[in-house]
Amino acid sequence: MTESNTESALLEVRDLKVHFPVHEGVLIQRQVGSVKAVDGVSFTLQRGETFGLVGESGCGKSTTALAVLKMVNVSGGQIIFEGQDIATLNESAMHPLRKRMQMVYQDPFGSLNPRMKVGDIIGEPLVVHGVSRRSSEYKQRVRQLIDQVGLLPDMAGRYPHEFSGGQRQRIGIARALALNPALLICDEPVSALDVSIQAQVVNLLMDLQRDLNLTVLFIAHDLSVVRHISDRIGVMYLGKIVEIAPRDELFDHPRHPYTRALLDAVPVPNPIIEAGRAQQLIRGEVPSVRNPPAGCHFQPRCPLADSRCREQRPVLTSHGLASVACHNV
Amino acid sequence: MTVATSLLPAPAQHGPWVAFTLRLIREKPLGAIGGALFVLFFFCGLFADVISPYGMNETNLLERLQAPSFSHWFGTDHLGRDVLSRVLVGAQLSMLVGFLAAGLATLVSIVLGVASGYFGGKVDMLIQRFVDAWMIFPDLLLLIAVISVVGAGIPQIVIVLGLLYGIAGSRIVRGSVIGVKENMHTHAARSMGARTMHILIRHILPNIMPVVIVLFTTRVGATILTEAGLSFLGLGIPPPAPTWGGMLSGTGRTYMYLGPWLALAPGLCLTIVVYAINVYGDALRDLLDPRMRGSR
Repeated sequence: MTESNTESALLEVRDLKVHFPVHEGVLIQRQVGSVKAVDGVSFTLQRGETFGLVGESGCGKSTTALAVLKMVNVSGGQIIFEGQDIATLNESAMHPLRKRMQMVYQDPFGSLNPRMKVGDIIGEPLVVHGVSRRSSEYKQRVRQLIDQVGLLPDMAGRYPHEFSGGQRQRIGIARALALNPALLICDEPVSALDVSIQAQVVNLLMDLQRDLNLTVLFIAHDLSVVRHISDRIGVMYLGKIVEIAPRDELFDHPRHPYTRALLDAVPVPNPIIEAGRAQQLIRGEVPSVRNPPAGCHFQPRCPLADSRCREQRPVLTSHGLASVACHNV
Repeated sequence: MTVATSLLPAPAQHGPWVAFTLRLIREKPLGAIGGALFVLFFFCGLFADVISPYGMNETNLLERLQAPSFSHWFGTDHLGRDVLSRVLVGAQLSMLVGFLAAGLATLVSIVLGVASGYFGGKVDMLIQRFVDAWMIFPDLLLLIAVISVVGAGIPQIVIVLGLLYGIAGSRIVRGSVIGVKENMHTHAARSMGARTMHILIRHILPNIMPVVIVLFTTRVGATILTEAGLSFLGLGIPPPAPTWGGMLSGTGRTYMYLGPWLALAPGLCLTIVVYAINVYGDALRDLLDPRMRGSR
């Protein structure tokens, strides 16, 4: 049910693969393998919804986002954005579409050019897409954006180093909104911020999402943030999506053993319950993406693994409201 | 929001240049002295024609080989020419060669370094192997070989020195371009659809400027010194133009015992100018590099 309604879908990712070749040799280089950062990921973003993508570091969340933006080479699969497959488009064909999808970055310090004034940073997408910096349209839009993200008008003339992390992230959001994008990709936009500031920025994103009817792909590893902002959530593990479900369904009835382990790892802010609850902690390390395990990727660490898991790779199948990739659900 | 706003540093009362100069004087006094000395020599060179008391080739055989005095501050040479006037015009030539050659060198470094660092891959590989091959030759050997083919003169020297230092310096530019290229703001610009020229001009160049400024100042010193070396060997700007290197090797060496001031005047000028620009360049490097901030 979650993956069907194609008419209202803004973005549909089908069997996306991003493989980075690994070369060896000094003079004559030969490919000795590949890092399968994203290996067969499929999901759909309906217009106006917020889709959360969670998973631990290195599982391919950010690479998925970069692939949707065509910032890395796509090795296979389709990325259907507004009805058009962009996976095979070249850069000049992508140029007009770049207006329609914008990104908010994780690092509020590195993502703003230290030698540009805030007003110029926010207006940069307009300049890139042909709006003159001297036009009244430009000036008006920059003023409007500064106001929209809760900054003060006189901040336009300052440099990024004069701002705090939360303010910088607001600048980054204003820049992403400048071209009125349909899709906003947020790659861990609050994980570099203090918890008190995180809430402000997340609430700003939610307000903007509602007011501007944005479709948001929200990447994070902080489950509470994702729960707060997302309509639906996809859980990634080692380059694959293991479970997609509506937010409440995922948190109330996690089906995949990895999802359950993730949720169990979140501490409960009550020492009595915390001490008494049964926790399913996963052992071991994430296997290498250069040499993933046979069968189910999660099988070496899974408490439910059996012989079928070691041989056969599970695919996403519908279970009620959720889609789960597990033999034992 | 309002809380964070009140924590912002008070706006500076001075412009950025004044503030930077004050910081230079406070944190790097030696560098500031170097900078001041260099500026002094620069203006001496710029206005050499106006301030020199005698003509540079004005001979007075009655006043040959006179020791420094009030009428001839740095003495006179074997043809009775005023050494001060010649040193001043020499400063002009040194500055001209220094600035033009260092400017050309910096331009070459930027073009090669940015192309190599930003585009990477095969372009980088080709340019860097060429730079490797170029750097194998000792500077002076290459200079002597080229100058003896194309002949001596200011344009030739500027071009040869510019290429020589420019190609070697491209490594430094390349390194910092690679660093800036990986910054997320460059990535953000690419993802919003910015063209390569836009990224180079708005994102790469402004962020490598500290490196470029330091590269330029140190190159001014290096080219002045190398030009003096070439003139000393007779491969620099041909006489009767009074270059410092030429004065050292010509009258300076021949009349060293009769008139030591003939060698002292251009030698001291050369030493002071090169030392001044080097300490100034070092101070600039320390102040412009955020990683060096707070260290001595």
